[in-house]
Amino acid sequence: MRRIALILVPYLWLLALFLVPFAIVLKISLSDLAMSIPPYTPQLDLAAGWEGIKAFFSQLDLENYIWLTQDELYWKAYLSSLKISLIATALTLLVGYPMAYGMARAPEEWRPMLLMLVILPFWTSFLIRVYAWMGILAKEGVLNQFLMWLGVVSEPLVILNTNIAVYIGIVYTYLPFMILPIYASLDRMDNSLLEAAEDLGCSRFSAFWLITAPLSKQGVIAGCFLVFIPVIGEFVIPSLLGGSKTLMIGKVLWDEFFSNRDWPVASAVAVVLLLILIIPIILFQRNEQKQREAEG
Amino acid sequence: MRRFSWFNATALTLGFAFLYVPMIILIVYSFNKSKLVTVWAGFSTKWYGELLSNQAMLDAAWVTLKVAVISSSIATILGTMAAYVMVRAGRFHGRTLFSGMIYAPLVMPEVITGLSLLLLFIGLNVDRGVGTIVLAHTTFAMCYVSVVVSSRLVSFDQSLEEAALDLGCSPFQAFRLVTLPIIAPAVISGWLLAFTLSLDDLVIASFTSGPAATTLPMKIWSSVRLGVSPEINALSTIMIALVTVGVITASLITKQQAVRQRREEQAADRVS
Repeated sequence: MRRIALILVPYLWLLALFLVPFAIVLKISLSDLAMSIPPYTPQLDLAAGWEGIKAFFSQLDLENYIWLTQDELYWKAYLSSLKISLIATALTLLVGYPMAYGMARAPEEWRPMLLMLVILPFWTSFLIRVYAWMGILAKEGVLNQFLMWLGVVSEPLVILNTNIAVYIGIVYTYLPFMILPIYASLDRMDNSLLEAAEDLGCSRFSAFWLITAPLSKQGVIAGCFLVFIPVIGEFVIPSLLGGSKTLMIGKVLWDEFFSNRDWPVASAVAVVLLLILIIPIILFQRNEQKQREAEG
Repeated sequence: MRRFSWFNATALTLGFAFLYVPMIILIVYSFNKSKLVTVWAGFSTKWYGELLSNQAMLDAAWVTLKVAVISSSIATILGTMAAYVMVRAGRFHGRTLFSGMIYAPLVMPEVITGLSLLLLFIGLNVDRGVGTIVLAHTTFAMCYVSVVVSSRLVSFDQSLEEAALDLGCSPFQAFRLVTLPIIAPAVISGWLLAFTLSLDDLVIASFTSGPAATTLPMKIWSSVRLGVSPEINALSTIMIALVTVGVITASLITKQQAVRQRREEQAADRVS
């Protein structure tokens, strides 16, 4: 009895507040926009019994999904989200790998401190960390003042409200997610392998490529997915740092819902976004599984 | 030691500068006299004063704190239950669906979680406010708690539980007296994670809240959309200070506990 109660409480909670809401999104994505409250049709009329249910299902159609393929805005937004995520993930790796490497090679007694310094920003508000860049990247911002004082540029650079600002924001906020798994895989590595390679005549550089890089591969893959997957649906960074030309699907969904009040299209955008995310999520799960098997 | 080269030192210095300089600039400009965040006009704490007399901001902070405490506490209970079910309950009907529902919210974009919950609340005709934000936050936070707790449950020695049962404990007593003290650190970090996620959340709160309730991130959002403001810098500084103190305290406590545990283990070894 106890066991059943133990299973049922979290189970029912998740069914009611995760699965059912998603079913509703799916249903509304198949409905039509209407001038009513709530602004879509058809409504399920259970009072009309079987006839009502039949009428309800016969009115659902794929119209919104066809609309998504026809209007340029949507598929461009999906593509541009993928592109931005991909480039941002590569940039984060470029910044994160040397840091994780440096941490793993740092004297043992520094490491807990360094680890805490990486994790600390993760506990501070995401919104505030993105906001911090607004004052730095603005036209009269700290960065431009500094560059002009140095004499590197004579005109202030336009960075805020461009894609470059979005990349900086993503690398900045997602860096811990990249560093931690890479650091974990480098920390586990047996350093005597490197000594053996050098004894056998490898240069430091080729020892890195032949030993360290392959052994940290799992960490790199995990870090890349941990950045790539959430960035696709990112909303805050493109809204605050991006400009009118920055197209990301999370922002499109938000605007579709709050500004255009087109719930059916917003729901269809959400369903397609999820379908796109399924592939990287499955790949990520598989990578984690492989890693667990390798350890166990 | 031998491998800690100039390259590593440079990578770490530049990397940590990248992580921390923006926050330092943010903090420095919160003490700027000028309304223009870009021009330094001398030291002043007037923005802190203005912040503290901004009633709307204080109300939002109170709402946020209330939501975070309630939702992270419920999420910790539900998440620990879910972790226990995943690790200990064996096979049951719908286990795959259950584990799917626990992992999915971790990777679900916030805009989708928010949208779907809002549509549910509208469908049920619920008044949106603090209650609906709590429900939303509890749901996604319990998944994080359950991942943290289940990793601890997997690694601990199940024979301790079995011994308690053999010695006449009821399953609930065994959980309370044996399992819970052992997984307590994971439960506490789960609660802290849930609490932080709730404090931090803008997107899901914006979807699931009504006109009656505004959280601090929502308030910050509506103000920073218009541009940089020194009052928000002051608020950010306070939040960064609180988090820093919290994280350092937490890490000192864990360190102390680890030392104590090691000492106890050594003592136990000597006895045996």
